Amino acid sequence: MSACALRVFLQRVAVMRKAAHQTLSQTRAFPQCVTGSYTHSRGINTLTNPLRSEEKVTVHFLNRDGKRITVNALTGESLLDVVVNQDLDIDGFGACEGTLACSTCHLIFEEAVYKKLGPITDEEMDMLDLAYGLTDTSRLGCQVCLRKDLDGMILRVPDMISDARVESEKESSAAPPKV
Amino acid sequence: MKMMTMVNLVRGSVMKIHGLSRVSLCVPAVCGVRGLSSTSGPKVCIVGGGPAGFYTAQQLLKARQEASVDIYEKLPVPFGLVRFGVAPDHPEVKNVINTFTQTAQHERCSFHGNVNVGKDVTIDELRQAYHAVVLSYGAEGNRSMGIPGEGLAGVFSAKDFVGWYNGLPSNKELHPDLGCETAVILGQGNVALDVARILLAPLDMLKETDITQNALEALAGSKVRRVLIVGRRGPLQIACTIKELREMVNLPNTRADMLSDDFKGIAEALKDLPRPRKRLTELMMKAVKEKGDDKVEKCWGFRFFRSPVEVLAGADGKRATGIRLALNKLEGSGESVRAEPTGQLEDVGCGLIISSIGYKSIPIDPAVPFDPRKAIVPNEMGRVQDTAGLYCSGWVKRGPTGVIATTMNDSFDTARAIIQDMEAGKLDVSVSKPGAPAITALLQKRDVRTVLFPQWEKINAEEEKRGKSLGKPREKLLDVDKMLKIAWS
Repeated sequence: MSACALRVFLQRVAVMRKAAHQTLSQTRAFPQCVTGSYTHSRGINTLTNPLRSEEKVTVHFLNRDGKRITVNALTGESLLDVVVNQDLDIDGFGACEGTLACSTCHLIFEEAVYKKLGPITDEEMDMLDLAYGLTDTSRLGCQVCLRKDLDGMILRVPDMISDARVESEKESSAAPPKV
Repeated sequence: MKMMTMVNLVRGSVMKIHGLSRVSLCVPAVCGVRGLSSTSGPKVCIVGGGPAGFYTAQQLLKARQEASVDIYEKLPVPFGLVRFGVAPDHPEVKNVINTFTQTAQHERCSFHGNVNVGKDVTIDELRQAYHAVVLSYGAEGNRSMGIPGEGLAGVFSAKDFVGWYNGLPSNKELHPDLGCETAVILGQGNVALDVARILLAPLDMLKETDITQNALEALAGSKVRRVLIVGRRGPLQIACTIKELREMVNLPNTRADMLSDDFKGIAEALKDLPRPRKRLTELMMKAVKEKGDDKVEKCWGFRFFRSPVEVLAGADGKRATGIRLALNKLEGSGESVRAEPTGQLEDVGCGLIISSIGYKSIPIDPAVPFDPRKAIVPNEMGRVQDTAGLYCSGWVKRGPTGVIATTMNDSFDTARAIIQDMEAGKLDVSVSKPGAPAITALLQKRDVRTVLFPQWEKINAEEEKRGKSLGKPREKLLDVDKMLKIAWS
């Protein structure tokens, strides 16, 4: 099994396991597209033609090293799906596999695009609050799904905390969380 | 059957009992280690099989195609605090185990469990066998409150309490008495909230998690109805994060019980706060306002501006029946706000006291520099001070704070420092080093048998099997001996 297929498989298992363990966090819903990728609730069209309501969307990632990664992905996929499925070289992305238990899929959007995105839940906001380098146009990639009108958007992958920045962390609005 | 032999190590004699193993059995170095036994690539040794160890390994393997990494872990089972620290009702956080498993199964990586570095093998011996050694052994001790009565029955460190419900072998005999009505937790970080939540959560939810069966049974018989979470400073200094606070606020069949006095002036301060702190404080204020139905029996609440000064004993002088708290006022401003005693005291009656004021790293080998005040290995960006070829990552490097992602970033940093040193020639990787076979041979001579990753997978399978019949994802084995028996079966 290739590495990315394995990750997608593991992600699917993780999502299903999480769904089975919906206990205390009763408000932790997944965006439709994340559960949708695996336990699909698509329109009637797709029963006869599965590819018809999926369209190709181009997305650009500005990686931490300054390099731009351009990919073609499908509507309905979350940005975490895109990174995982295409095995993009972004260190440490998606540690919790899309279950809103970390902030490693943090992405920064262009302002105009950010305004078009779907609503943000308290649960996403709670985890986003812990992200290093939080901005006003930040979202978690696992909660944002591709749509046709997001075609061509540019996403910036924020830097991670590093030792050299330990001092400046204290001044940033997103101080590192305690245990 | 040959039993153990007395072994004299550098620092004294150690009797290693491995009653279930025969010295004459097959050499693990040949059976379990994948691939490269005699490569010329750089060989790195990692001490500690938790998140720091695995993330450091991951990054090294990715960055250098000829590097091989060996992870040594004291317990027979890997994953450290992901297994023994993360709360049972947070299974998503444990998803990182999947990526660690991939790393352990990488052809250039091998895991060696049941090896106590510092006792079974020294750091110097590891440094001789490897080009670089990374200390990632975390924080297995805890900060003590340093107050009279701390040793009374009924007083526990959060580290031990969490270890108990998470099946850490050394905590299996904890037997905390949950027969009292009030529990007091000192400290207001996420660990404190985890403990409060586990104490008050409905059993229906806990029974489908990987919490140990004996903890579940103890909680089923628990009389604890009120949990106070005490901090020395105020609401704006609270160390927990909003997700955990929200879980408390939403906890079924419980209500919040706060003191509005503790929140004087907080509403006015809200507008100047950065978003994360603002949302956290707003949620707390909401909990203060919506007191909840008095008829609801279980309650929890923060108590601010209070420091523990003494644990009070009952008539027999052996068991905790209360805690004496000193009331504080705040001095200073911003991040350096500190608590100063006012001279006033307050006694709270309680039968269970859990101190959640921080884990603490300990020195494991005299050859390694250690800063006893900060309780970390002194280092610069992960390079251990004055000791070429020795590095550190995770809590032993930075101190015991942060979530898994923090440790991940930190471990990536250390890996980068190692790679840089290799590329700059500061680490001489041209000299040949023996790696794992040399250490395994040493261990064999000392009657120490390792647990390789496929052998952990047998333990894993057994735990999952036992869990299945109980409706849980796994039922953890609590005995090191049982783990070893299954691993080596």
